[in-house]
Amino acid sequence: METQLQSLREDALASLEAITNMESLNEWRVQYLGRKSSLNQILRSLKELPPDERQKNGALANQIKNLLKNKLQEKTGQIEELTLKDSLKQQTLDVTLPGKPIDIGRLHPLTQTIREICNIFGSMGFETIEGPEIEQDYYNFEALNIPEDHPARDMFATMWTDYRVGDDPNNLLLRTHTSPMQIRIMEKRRPPIRVIVPGRVYRYEASDATHESMFHQIEGLAVSENITLAELKGTLFEFASRLFGSNRKARFRCDYFPFVEPGVEMAIECIVCNGAGCSLCHNTGWIEILGGGMVHPNVLKRVGYDPAVYSGFAFGMGIERIPMLKYGIEDIRLFCGNDMRFLRQF
Amino acid sequence: MKIPVRWLREYIDITVSPREAAQMLTMSGTEVGSIDTIGNNWKNIVVGKVIEVVPHPDSDHLRLATVNSGGENITVVCGAPNVKKDIKVPFARVGAVLYDADTKKSIVLKPAKIRGVVSQGMICSERELGISDNHTGIMILPDDAPAGTPLQELLGDSILDLEITPNRPDCLSIIGIARELSALTGCTVHLPSHKYKESSTLIEKNISVEIADPDLCYRYCASLITNIKVAPSPEWMQQRLSQCGINPINNIVDITNYVMLEYGQPLHSFDYSKITTKKIVVRGAKQGETITTLDDIQRNLQEGMLTITDGNKPVAIAGVMGGLESEITAVTSSVLLEAANFNSSSIRHTANQLNLHSEASLRFERRISREIAPVALQRATQLILELAGGEAARDTLDIYPKKVEKVPILLSVAEVKRILGIEIDIKKINDVLNSLGFECENKDFLPQIWAIPPYWRTDINDAADLVEEVARIVGYDKIIPKMLGSALPSQQLTPRIVNRENIRDTLVGCGLQEIISHSLTSMKMLQNISPQHNLIGPEPIHLLNPMTSAEEYLRTSLLPGLLTTLSNNQRHEDDELKLFEISRVYLPRTGALPDENDMLAAVFSGARIKKHWLIDEKPFGFFDIKGIVETLANRTGITINFQNSTDARLYPGRGADIINSSGVKIGIFGEIHPHIAKNFDIELTSYLLEIDLSRLPCVLPEKKYHALNRYPAVIRDMAIIVDNNISAAEIKEIVLGFSLVNGLKLFDLYTGKQVPEGKKSLAYRITYQSSNHTLTDSEVNKIHQKIISKLGEQLGATLR
Ligand SMILES: [Zn+2]
Repeated sequence: METQLQSLREDALASLEAITNMESLNEWRVQYLGRKSSLNQILRSLKELPPDERQKNGALANQIKNLLKNKLQEKTGQIEELTLKDSLKQQTLDVTLPGKPIDIGRLHPLTQTIREICNIFGSMGFETIEGPEIEQDYYNFEALNIPEDHPARDMFATMWTDYRVGDDPNNLLLRTHTSPMQIRIMEKRRPPIRVIVPGRVYRYEASDATHESMFHQIEGLAVSENITLAELKGTLFEFASRLFGSNRKARFRCDYFPFVEPGVEMAIECIVCNGAGCSLCHNTGWIEILGGGMVHPNVLKRVGYDPAVYSGFAFGMGIERIPMLKYGIEDIRLFCGNDMRFLRQF
Repeated sequence: MKIPVRWLREYIDITVSPREAAQMLTMSGTEVGSIDTIGNNWKNIVVGKVIEVVPHPDSDHLRLATVNSGGENITVVCGAPNVKKDIKVPFARVGAVLYDADTKKSIVLKPAKIRGVVSQGMICSERELGISDNHTGIMILPDDAPAGTPLQELLGDSILDLEITPNRPDCLSIIGIARELSALTGCTVHLPSHKYKESSTLIEKNISVEIADPDLCYRYCASLITNIKVAPSPEWMQQRLSQCGINPINNIVDITNYVMLEYGQPLHSFDYSKITTKKIVVRGAKQGETITTLDDIQRNLQEGMLTITDGNKPVAIAGVMGGLESEITAVTSSVLLEAANFNSSSIRHTANQLNLHSEASLRFERRISREIAPVALQRATQLILELAGGEAARDTLDIYPKKVEKVPILLSVAEVKRILGIEIDIKKINDVLNSLGFECENKDFLPQIWAIPPYWRTDINDAADLVEEVARIVGYDKIIPKMLGSALPSQQLTPRIVNRENIRDTLVGCGLQEIISHSLTSMKMLQNISPQHNLIGPEPIHLLNPMTSAEEYLRTSLLPGLLTTLSNNQRHEDDELKLFEISRVYLPRTGALPDENDMLAAVFSGARIKKHWLIDEKPFGFFDIKGIVETLANRTGITINFQNSTDARLYPGRGADIINSSGVKIGIFGEIHPHIAKNFDIELTSYLLEIDLSRLPCVLPEKKYHALNRYPAVIRDMAIIVDNNISAAEIKEIVLGFSLVNGLKLFDLYTGKQVPEGKKSLAYRITYQSSNHTLTDSEVNKIHQKIISKLGEQLGATLR
C-alpha cells in the first residue's frame, strides 16, 4: 500500500506539472482529490487494515492529500495569473476612436459678456436691475437734462413709436440708452444707491460693420453722500483691470454728456498695438470703452435729491464693443446674425 | 471742425508740437480724431524761379522751362499752359517722391527723356503734391518765396480734425481752440486787428433794422460797405477755407466764412442794392411764404420760422441760409453785412424741419454767445475793406433788446474737493479759471471764488461747471483712483431675473444654443408664424420712423427670429439645430407703458442623436421636447401639467399646452405646423417650444429637505391592457393615489398584434416604501392587488 501511495503521489505531481489551463486542472482535481479518486478510496479502505498499518498508511495518505491540495492551490494561482496576463495582452482598445458625444449648449457671447460685467460690478456692491425699453421722452431725455431742441439730442438718433400713454403729449420712443433707469431708480429709492442696468437700446442708424439699430448697454449708478470723481475712477479702473487684465492701462479724459458734470470718457490702451498706434485706435494708442461722470446737480434736483448733500456717479458702456475688442470681431452684425459657425466659437 | 495749425499759430505762439497739442486738447474734452499732415514727404521739392520758357523743338504743346532752384539752372520739359517767365513754382528735383493720382501710388522722380530732351526735374501741380485735385496747370507760389526754400517750410502744415461736443460752440472756431490751448499751455492769445476807416455817411441813413420777434432774435448787428469790387479772394484765404472744408466762392462770401471759422460767429452778406426797401425786419414767417435759398431750391416756410425780411418778403432764413435773390454776385457793389444771434431751439427746429443744415445753423443751434456778433462784424468789415476795397459807412447797427447780465458763480475749495475727491488750493483754482478767461474775485479771504465766465462761453451755469473746468485743465490724470467707501445699500435678489437665468443655464445644460435676435421685425414676419398668414396675438406696436421695412414693428413673438435663424443655419449646418432665445416681447396695454414680457422660445430640427459608430441616429420627437420642459419645471421648482393643444402654430394632434398649477396655460410645444415650416423654408419635422416666463411665479424656488428613508423599498412590475383613449395621466393619478406607493415608472408601451385592436399595453414598475417600517410581502401584495382592481374598475384595465 505504501508503494501504491508513493506512486500515486509521483503520478499526481507529474501530471500537475504539465497542466496549463483551468479545465485540465479541474479534471486533475477530480482525478486525484475527488470523491472517487484512488486517494479517497485508499483513505476509506484504511479502516479495514490492522491498527498499526492503518496508522502508518493513514498518516502518509493524509500527508499526500495535503500536499496535493497545496499544489492545487499553487497551480490555480499560477494559471489565474497567466490567464490575466493573456487577457491584458489581448484587450487593447483603439483609444483614438471618437467618444460618445455629450450635448452641451452655449450662451450667446453677449449673455456671457453681460454676466461677466454684472459679476464684476456685483462684487463691488452693485445690484443688477432692469427697465423698460419702450420709454417716455421724459425719462430718456427731459429728466436727463436734454430738453427738446437741445443739440445734444443729435447724439441720440431716436426711433419713435405710434404709442402714447395717458395725457403725455409725446409718443413713446425706443430708449436710446440705458440712462433713463437712472431717473426711474432714483425716483423709487433713496440713497445710498448702487445699481447696474443691462439691456437693449436702439438708435435710428443704418447698420454697418460698427453700427446696429439695436445693441446692448450697461448703465451704472452710485449715489450717496461723499461720492467723488476719485471713486468713479477707482471703480472703473478696477473694472477695466478685471475685464481686460491688470496690465492693461486705462485713462480718463474729459468728455461731455448732458446728464453728468464733470463728464468722463474712459479708454484702455489699444488691444492690438498696446499703445503704439494702429488703425484700430486711429493711431492714438487708446480705445474708448465707456462714458460717465458725476451725476449732474439738475438731475439730482429733478428726482428730489439735494445736490448739496448727495453726489453720485453714472456711467454707461456698449456691450458688443467688449467682445469685439477682446476677440477681434470686426462686424457688430455678427451678434444678431446668430450664425452657428460664429456662436460655436464662444 | 478742421484746424490748420499754421492758421492757429496766427493767434497763439504754441511751443508744443501739433501732436502734443492734439493730445492736450483730447484729454481736456476736445477730441482730436486725426491729424493730417501736408508736406511731410516733400523731400527734394523746393521753390523754383522760372528763368526762361522756350518752345520744345519737337512738340507744339510742350515747352522747355529753365528753373533756378537755388543752385544751377535746370531745364525741364513742361506741358502746363500756365508756365511763364518769372513766376515761382514748386520744383521737384530728381529723387523727389510725387503722388500719381492715376495709379494712386507714390513714384520717385528720375531723369526722363521726353521727345529727345532730358528733364532733370519737374514743375508740379497741386495734385502731384497731394494738396488738392487741381491738375489744370502747375501750382504758382507767392512771388516773395525765396528760390531754393524747401516747399515744406513754405506750405507744409498739420490739420487737426476735432470733434466738438455740443456744449462748446465757442470751440467751433480757430480762436476758440487757441483759447483752449492757451489755458492748457500758458501761451497767450493775440487777436487780429479790427481797425478800419469809416466814411462820413452814417449807416442809419441807408438802412434800418427792426427785430419784430425779440424772443427768437436776440441781437442783430449790421455794417454797410459800398463801392467794393467782387473778385476771387486771395490764394491764402482760399487755401485755408478749402483746408477747413469750405468751397471758396468770391472775396465777400469767403470773408464771411473766414471770420465764421475764425470767431465761430456766422455772418451773412446781402447785395445791398437788392434790399430795395432799405429796411431789415426780423420776424417769424407767415403762412404760405416761400424763399429760394442760395442752393437754388425753393423752400416753403412754416409759420413762425424765423426769417430776415426786407419788410415785405423773406430775404434769408435766419441762421440757416440766405436767399438767392440778394446773394453777392460779380456785379455787386455794396454789401450789407449781418452778424446776429438767434434762439438756438428755433434755429434747430427750422433746420430740422427744412432738413437744411449749414455751418451757420450748426453754430446757432449750439447757442453761441450774443457778445461775439459785433466783434466778428468788425473783423469782417475790416477784411472786406482790405481785400475788396470800398468804404464802410460810419458806425454799425446793433439792435440788442435784452442784454444778458453777467452773473458771478460761487465756487468753494470744499466743493471742488467734494466732487473731485482731490485737494486743489485756491490759488490753483484761481489760476486755472483766469487762464480760461474767467474774471475771478476772492472776497474776504474766504476759501472761495466768485467767477464770471468769459463772454464767449455759454456753457457755464453753476458750480458743477466750474468744477469741470478746473478738473479738465488740471488734468483728469491727477485724480487718484479710490474704491467706493460709502454705505453699501441692502440688496435683494430679483426672483424674476434669478429664475430666468436659471432657465437659461438649464437649457444650455440640455444642449441648446442661445441666440439673440432683433426686437424689431416686419408685419410679414409676424404673420409668417400663422398657417393662415393672419396675425396671432395683439396688434404690434408700430414705429413712426423705422430704419427699414424689416424693422417696422416691435415683436410680439420670439418665433420669427428663431425660425429665421433656423432657416439661415440649415443652409450650412449638417448637424441638428437646437436654438433658444430668452428675451422680451412687446405688448400694447391701455393707459400704461407697454408690457415687456420675458419670453422663452426654442426650435429644434434634425437628429436628436447624430449617427455615430456606437449609436444609431434618431430624429427629434415630441417626447424629447417634453423631456426638456419637464427638466425646466424640475429645475425651477414649479408644477406643470400637459394637455393636447389646439394652438394654430402646431401640427394638429402633435402638440401640447403647458398648464401651471392654477390651470393657466403658460406655454406650448410640439411639431411646427407644416405651413409655418414652409413660410420660413425650414425642414418639415421641426419642433417649437414657447413659454411665457412672465407667468412663472415671481418667487425664488423653495428647496425642501426630507430625511432619508431607512426602510427598504419593494419593487413590483405590472403590465396592463387598456383602451387606446385612456391617458397615461389617468393611470398615474390612480396609482399614485395609493399610500405606500413611492414611485411609478412606465417602462414599456406596446400596441400591435399581441394586444387586441384598439387597445394598448403599458408596463409599469411600482416602488412601494414606508417611512416607518419594513414592508412585508403580504402587505405589498394586498395594495398591488387593490391597484390592479381599481384600474380595472375605473379604466377597464386588464392584466396582460
Ligand atoms: Zn492700436
